[in-house]
Amino acid sequence: MELITGAEILVRCLKEEGVECMFGYPGGAVLHIYDALYAQDDIKHVLVRHEQAALHAADGYARASGKTGVALVTSGPGLTNAVTGIANAYMDSIPLVVFSGQVPTALIGNDAFQEVDAVGITRPCVKHNFLVRDIKQLAETVKKAFYIASTGRPGPVLIDLPKDVTITKAEYHYPKKVKLRSYNPTVKGHAGQIRKAVDLILSAKRPMLYTGGGVILSDGSPELVELTQLLGYPITNTLMGLGAYPATDHQFIGMLGMHGTYEANMAMHECDVLIAIGARFDDRVTGKIDKFCPTAKIVHVDIDPSSISKNVQVDIPIVGSVPSVLRAMISVIRDEKLKPDAEALASWWRQIDEWRDVKSLHYKNSDTVIKPQYVIQKLYQVTEGKAIITSDVGQHQMWAAQYYHFDRPRQWINSGGLGTMGFGLPAAMGAKLAFPDQDVACVTGDGSIQMMLQELSTMKQYHTPVKIVNLNNGYLGMVRQWQEFFYQKRYSMTYLEALPNFVMLAEAYGHVGMRIEKPGDVEGALREAFAMKDRTVFLDFITDQSENVFPMIPSGGGQNEMLLAERDEMVSTHDEGMVLL
Amino acid sequence: MNNNNRHLISILMENEAGALSRVANLFSARGYNIESLTVAPTDDPTLSRLTLVTNGNEQIIEQIVKQLNKLIDVVKLVDLSETDAIERELMLIKTKAVGEQRAEMKRLAEIFDGHILDVTDATYTIELTGRSEKLDNFLNAVEKDAVLEVVRSGTTGIARGQKSLHA
Ligand SMILES: Cc1cc2nc3c(=O)[nH]c(=O)nc-3n(C[C@H](O)[C@H](O)[C@H](O)COP(=O)(O)OP(=O)(O)OC[C@H]3O[C@@H](n4cnc5c(N)ncnc54)[C@H](O)[C@@H]3O)c2cc1C
Ligand SMILES: Cc1ncc(C[n+]2csc(CCOP(=O)(O)OP(=O)(O)O)c2C)c(N)n1
Repeated sequence: MELITGAEILVRCLKEEGVECMFGYPGGAVLHIYDALYAQDDIKHVLVRHEQAALHAADGYARASGKTGVALVTSGPGLTNAVTGIANAYMDSIPLVVFSGQVPTALIGNDAFQEVDAVGITRPCVKHNFLVRDIKQLAETVKKAFYIASTGRPGPVLIDLPKDVTITKAEYHYPKKVKLRSYNPTVKGHAGQIRKAVDLILSAKRPMLYTGGGVILSDGSPELVELTQLLGYPITNTLMGLGAYPATDHQFIGMLGMHGTYEANMAMHECDVLIAIGARFDDRVTGKIDKFCPTAKIVHVDIDPSSISKNVQVDIPIVGSVPSVLRAMISVIRDEKLKPDAEALASWWRQIDEWRDVKSLHYKNSDTVIKPQYVIQKLYQVTEGKAIITSDVGQHQMWAAQYYHFDRPRQWINSGGLGTMGFGLPAAMGAKLAFPDQDVACVTGDGSIQMMLQELSTMKQYHTPVKIVNLNNGYLGMVRQWQEFFYQKRYSMTYLEALPNFVMLAEAYGHVGMRIEKPGDVEGALREAFAMKDRTVFLDFITDQSENVFPMIPSGGGQNEMLLAERDEMVSTHDEGMVLL
Repeated sequence: MNNNNRHLISILMENEAGALSRVANLFSARGYNIESLTVAPTDDPTLSRLTLVTNGNEQIIEQIVKQLNKLIDVVKLVDLSETDAIERELMLIKTKAVGEQRAEMKRLAEIFDGHILDVTDATYTIELTGRSEKLDNFLNAVEKDAVLEVVRSGTTGIARGQKSLHA
């Protein structure tokens, strides 16, 4: 019987789970683990420059690859630095397993050096967490953590590891399977509900498919495409669901919600049957709840019962996983040769095409100042729509979502639920490590990029050549936009004076920097950058400082109360809306 | 739809460190009310039984039940208010007992099926069990000035009939 240390057990467990790449930062409490990692080379460990980045990188890796991301941080400040990244993954339901060091069990509760209550601090933002007090439970706990993180509605799971547990010796035994009597997600939808849903769906005169991140998380894109094309219905995606249905297909009518297209939001408002799939009726999507889809009967497919009828009461709930439920729906429709109401559908499409003709994403280009939308359009052309795009948070995020047309799932990686500035760069690094042969670009802003800039150093060390597309407007643009509209242009603390010279900064980290000031240089710069396959290039685009994101539904507005660029006077929003901001 | 009804929810949980905080955390994080909460291990030492009283409209209660079920440590739960259930709460109450009060208090305790557990020359300590309303009624019946201390356990309950909650 071979006895090995907890740290060695942990590393073996990770290998058994097929972990190839993990992200972390060392410290006293995890030194034994780092020593065990040193002794092997199956798992690549990426040393970030800040623990938040370890989480975002593991998260980007997970979103791009569909695998569970893994991060390792030390106790105390290591863990507290990681919390933002954990919360970010939690809000977007991303599977992660996070290991944090902890002070030795005998010292827990004594305010020992670098002690924080990791399990307590993270409890509200993890799917589950564990404190391993007994070496005998280590392997099984790791198994459980991977199982919980990656099944059902995915999410981050934290394992807190007291230092003594990592040096104590025990026999290694990794369970082949775990069964938790208290956790058993429903995958298969209820046949009766599916039947009812199909009947309602086919009876629709003005149907609408509204799908979200759940389709991507469950790899349900093929089923979604098949069902949508079988029905011939219009489809919209949430910010998190982009790419699940090809954006260049005619049936796709754009993103919905606060910055969604006119046609998507109008169709939501006017539809009579709404088919919601793996989407959670977020407030950025619904606007004011009592004005949401006023005439629709709603079918909702979601694996998490608590997502259903949380914000909006639905008529036919189906608890189950997207691919399984959609396959069942497709079978019923095919087997019984059911057909939608062709006449009604044709007239619905005529209506939608009229809304489309409004061209809500039209913007006035300029030949003197770079429009941010134009940069994204050129990025799309230069990469032929094929790059993996990560984003930070702000106006640039919305423009990336609107003007880069995502045709495949896991191509668009952004922080939707928590909206974490700083996410984009480490996420791009994670995505590049998952797919070294694909082009990866990080669309960012001058505010966001400065939140995780130190990762340029990690990217040099591990050679992850990504293209950084900085839409530099000198402002915290998204906040400035709101101040312009709702605070009578009182730009309180949104002007970023004394921005660094990003070109020199990139060069200081060993990368290539480019500053682009003229619209005529945008495309050439992008081509040049993407031609440098093995270099990280920081493209600093100096863009129009006053550009705003349109269309926009001001908070408190209904889906049909959209503001379109250059056409509408911005009316000051109602008091109720000001609360919702 | 908007009337706030009282619900008695009984939960079987893994008897793990922190299980109770997960429930308490959930209620505070999501702004749900907890009127009372009791918890103790069961005959199966790997399980705890937790009973809580909350209130809210139908929609809120539905979310509470779903959110509780979503906690990994929750094995099973039942909303006892939806079935015919037996509810009990324990109350310990210390009252003044001097002069005429002594006989009066003793009589009142008897009427409510209470037991006097401790006697001094100036106080009684009385034990009462029953539905919460019965305990409230007792407190209303006792003259206010006489009450020195009240300790209530919070409500716990079990379904009537053959149905039982187990893992
Ligand atoms: C600045 C900013 C602006 C924004 N503006 C918009 C906007 O205009 N429009 C917009 O849409 N969003 C916008 N968002 C994003 C928004 O905040 C939410 O993150 C987003 O709307 C949620 O997307 P979702 O409904 O697809 O849910 P997700 O967060 O992706 O949740 C996925 C859902 O799918 C379910 N699920 C998971 N796995 C499965 C499975 N196997 N089977 C079935 N179901 C499953 C989950 O239970 C959950 O309900 C914005 C964010 C920011 C930061
Ligand atoms: C960590 C964090 N802090 C604050 C915010 C609030 N916030 C949302 S967008 C934004 C401005 C982003 O500015 P920038 O990155 O320059 O992008 P732009 O909007 O100009 O494109 C801010 C401050 C946030 N989302 N995240």
